[in-house]
Amino acid sequence: MNQAATLPQSIPPGYLASSQGKGGLASWLFTTDHKRIGLLYLACILTLFAVGVCLGLIMRLKLITPGNQLLTPQTYNAVFTLHGVIMIFMVVIPSIPATFGNFLLPLHLGAQDVSFPRLNLFSWWLYLIGSLVAVLSIFTGSGAPDTGWTFYVPFSERTTTNVSVAVLAVFILGFSSILTGLNFVTTIHQMRARGMTWRRLSLFVWSLYATAWVQVLATPVLGITVLLVFAERVLNLGLFDPTRGGDPLLYQHLFWIYSHPAVYIMILPAMGVVSDIIPVFARKRIFGYKMIAFSSLTIAFVGSLVWAHHMFTSGISDFAVLLFSFLTFIVAVPSAIKVFNWLSTLYKGSISLEPPLLYTLGFIWMFSVGGLTGLIQGAAGPDIHVHDTYFIVGHFHYVIFGGTGLGMFAALHYWFPKMFGRMYDRRRARTAFWIILAGMNLLYFPMFVLGMEGMPRRYYDYLPEFATGQFISTVGSWVLAAGLGLMFWNLYAGLRRGAPAGPNPWGAATLEWTLSSPPPHENFEHEPRVDHGPYDFAREASHE
Amino acid sequence: MSETHKDYAGAKLGMWLFLFTEITLFGGLFLLYSVYLHRYQPAFHQAAATLDTFLGGANTVILITSSLCMALAISALQRGQQARCKLMLILTVLMGLGFLVNKGFEWSAKFDHGIYPGSEHLRGLPQGQDTFYSLYFTMTGLHGIHVLIGVVLLSVVLLLVARQRVRQDDFIILENSGLYWHLVDLVWIYLFPLFYLIT
Repeated sequence: MNQAATLPQSIPPGYLASSQGKGGLASWLFTTDHKRIGLLYLACILTLFAVGVCLGLIMRLKLITPGNQLLTPQTYNAVFTLHGVIMIFMVVIPSIPATFGNFLLPLHLGAQDVSFPRLNLFSWWLYLIGSLVAVLSIFTGSGAPDTGWTFYVPFSERTTTNVSVAVLAVFILGFSSILTGLNFVTTIHQMRARGMTWRRLSLFVWSLYATAWVQVLATPVLGITVLLVFAERVLNLGLFDPTRGGDPLLYQHLFWIYSHPAVYIMILPAMGVVSDIIPVFARKRIFGYKMIAFSSLTIAFVGSLVWAHHMFTSGISDFAVLLFSFLTFIVAVPSAIKVFNWLSTLYKGSISLEPPLLYTLGFIWMFSVGGLTGLIQGAAGPDIHVHDTYFIVGHFHYVIFGGTGLGMFAALHYWFPKMFGRMYDRRRARTAFWIILAGMNLLYFPMFVLGMEGMPRRYYDYLPEFATGQFISTVGSWVLAAGLGLMFWNLYAGLRRGAPAGPNPWGAATLEWTLSSPPPHENFEHEPRVDHGPYDFAREASHE
Repeated sequence: MSETHKDYAGAKLGMWLFLFTEITLFGGLFLLYSVYLHRYQPAFHQAAATLDTFLGGANTVILITSSLCMALAISALQRGQQARCKLMLILTVLMGLGFLVNKGFEWSAKFDHGIYPGSEHLRGLPQGQDTFYSLYFTMTGLHGIHVLIGVVLLSVVLLLVARQRVRQDDFIILENSGLYWHLVDLVWIYLFPLFYLIT
C-alpha cells in the first residue's frame, strides 16, 4: 500500500499476463476475469467507434455543399442508419458500464469478481454475436437498413432492405445489456467487502447501480418491440399496420419506453465517472455525496416516465403532451443537482488540471449545453418548431458525444495507468482535448442554428441558405477527427512505451488504487476491510 | 441459468431480476393488448368466442398441476428424497409437453379455418378481429416458446439431479428453474382469461 511514495521501475505482470501456464487468445476469449472482460469490451467498442466515426465523417462530407452527389440517396439513408445503430447500440450503451464498469466494479467493492463471472463472459459473447449479426445485415439481403436507428413503423415493415436481420442484432445486444445489468445489481448487493457500507460506495458504483436497474427493467421492452418488428416483417402480423387495424403510434410508445431510459443508461455512468474524478483532482471530498447518489436513482426513476416527449408531434393528446412536458422538466432537476454539486466540489479546491479533469470539465460544459437545449425541446411549444430538425441532432450529440463520449475519454485517461500500468504523455493528452473540444463545438453548434432555421434532420439535400452552417459543421468534423486521432495515438504510444505509473499516480482513495497497476488476477490478496469513504484523501495522504 | 456460484442469496436475487425482465418483456405485449381491447371491444368479444375454451381450460389445469409437481420436486429434494424429486420433475416435463401438444392441436385447427397471421380470411373480417388474432398468435406463441425453454431446462435439471450435481445441500439450480416454471405458469394464467374468457 505504501509503494506509491517511490516510483517503481518495472511493471508487475498483473492480470494482463497469462496465469498457470494458460496463455494465448483463448485465455482472453474464454476468460471469466472481470478485468479481462472489461478489456475485451473496450477493444470491441473502440473498433466499432472507429467504424461509427468513419460513417459520420462520410455523412458530413456528403453534406458539405448543397447538391453534393458523393453518395446516392439510398446509400446516404443507409449510412445515417448504420451510424446510429452502431453508435447507440454497440458503442454508447455498453461504453462505460461494460468496459469500466466491468473492470472497476469488483475493485471498488473490494471483491474478487462479479457475482456471476461466467454469465459475464456470456454477455460479452452475446455482444460480439449481436455486433457480427449487425455487420451481417449490411452485406446480406437486399441492402443495408435505411430506416434510421429508430426503426419507425410502418416504413420499417415495408422497406425491402435488411431490417429483419438488423432488429435481430438489436435484440441480441439488448439481451447482453440485460445480463450485464442483472449481474451488476446482484454484485453490488452481494459482493461488498466487510465495511463497504452503502454510504462508502464510490459514486461511480452508485451510478452503475442506477444504470443497471434501468438496463434490467427497460431493455426487455425494447426486446419485445424489435421482436414485433421482426414478426411483422417475417410472419406478417399487422399489429402496427394501419390498414389492418394496427396503430403505428403504439410502436413509438413501446420504442421510447425503452429508448428514453436508454439515454440514461448512456449518461448515468459518465456522471459517475465525473463524480469520481473531480474530488481526486480538486483534492477535496465530494460535495453533496448523498444528493449525487440519490439523484442518480431519481434520474433512473423519473427518466422512465418521460418517454412520450419524443412524440409531441406524433398526434398524442394535448393532455399527454402537457403531462410529459411537465415530467421532462422534473427530470432536469436531479441532473442540475449533480452539476451544482460538481461545481461546489471544485470551489476552493486545490485543482490540478491533469488530463482526466480536463476531459471532465469538457463533459460538464458539453452536458450543460446539451441539457439546456434539451429543455427547449421538452417544452411543448418550442418543440413543435424544432422537432425533427438539426436542433435535435445537435442536442443529442452534445449530450451523448460531448457528455458520455468525453466522460468515456475522461475515464480512459483516469484509469489507463491502472489498467495497463503505464502512463501516457500528459501534455499531448491536453492538446488532444482542446482540439476535440473545439472540433465538437464547431461540428455540433451550427446544428442548433440550422435547426432553428428549419433544416430537417436526415434530409439528403438542403437549400442554399443552409450552406454556411453545413460547411462549418463539416470542417468541425475534420477537426474532431484529428483530435480523436491524436488522443488515441497518444494512448497507444503510452501503452507501448509509457513510463511505469505505479499503484496510485493520482493519489486517489478508492480501493482499486491500493492494488498494483495492473492489478493481479484475483484482485485483493485478502478481502479488504474498509474503514473509510471513497473520497477520504486526508487519510490516504497520511498513509503515504 | 447454469451458474453454480456458492452465494445462495445472490443466485436467487439474480433469478428474480431475470424474472422481472420476463415480466417487462411480456408487459409490452400486455400493453398492446389493453389498448387494442379498449379500441375494439366488440371485435375482441366476437373473435374470442371462436377460441376453444375447453382446450384452453384443459391447458390451464395442466400447467397449474405441473407447477404443483415442480414445487413438490423442490421440497422432495430439500428433504433428501431424490427418487421422488426425479419423478415429480418427469411429471412436470410431461405436462409441459402435453401443454405444447394441446397448443399444437389448437393452432392447427385455427390454420385449417384459414386463421393465421396475414391470411386472406383474417383481412376480410371486421376491423379489430385481425388484431385480436395477431395478438393471440404472438402472445401464446411467445409463451409457447417459454414453455419449450422450460421443458428443456427442466430436462437438463433432471439429468443433473440424477447425476447428483444438484442435491439436498446444493439445489439452487432446481429452485431457480422452478421459479422460472412458475413464471411461465403465471403468464398463462393471465393469457387464458384475456383470450378465452372475455367473450
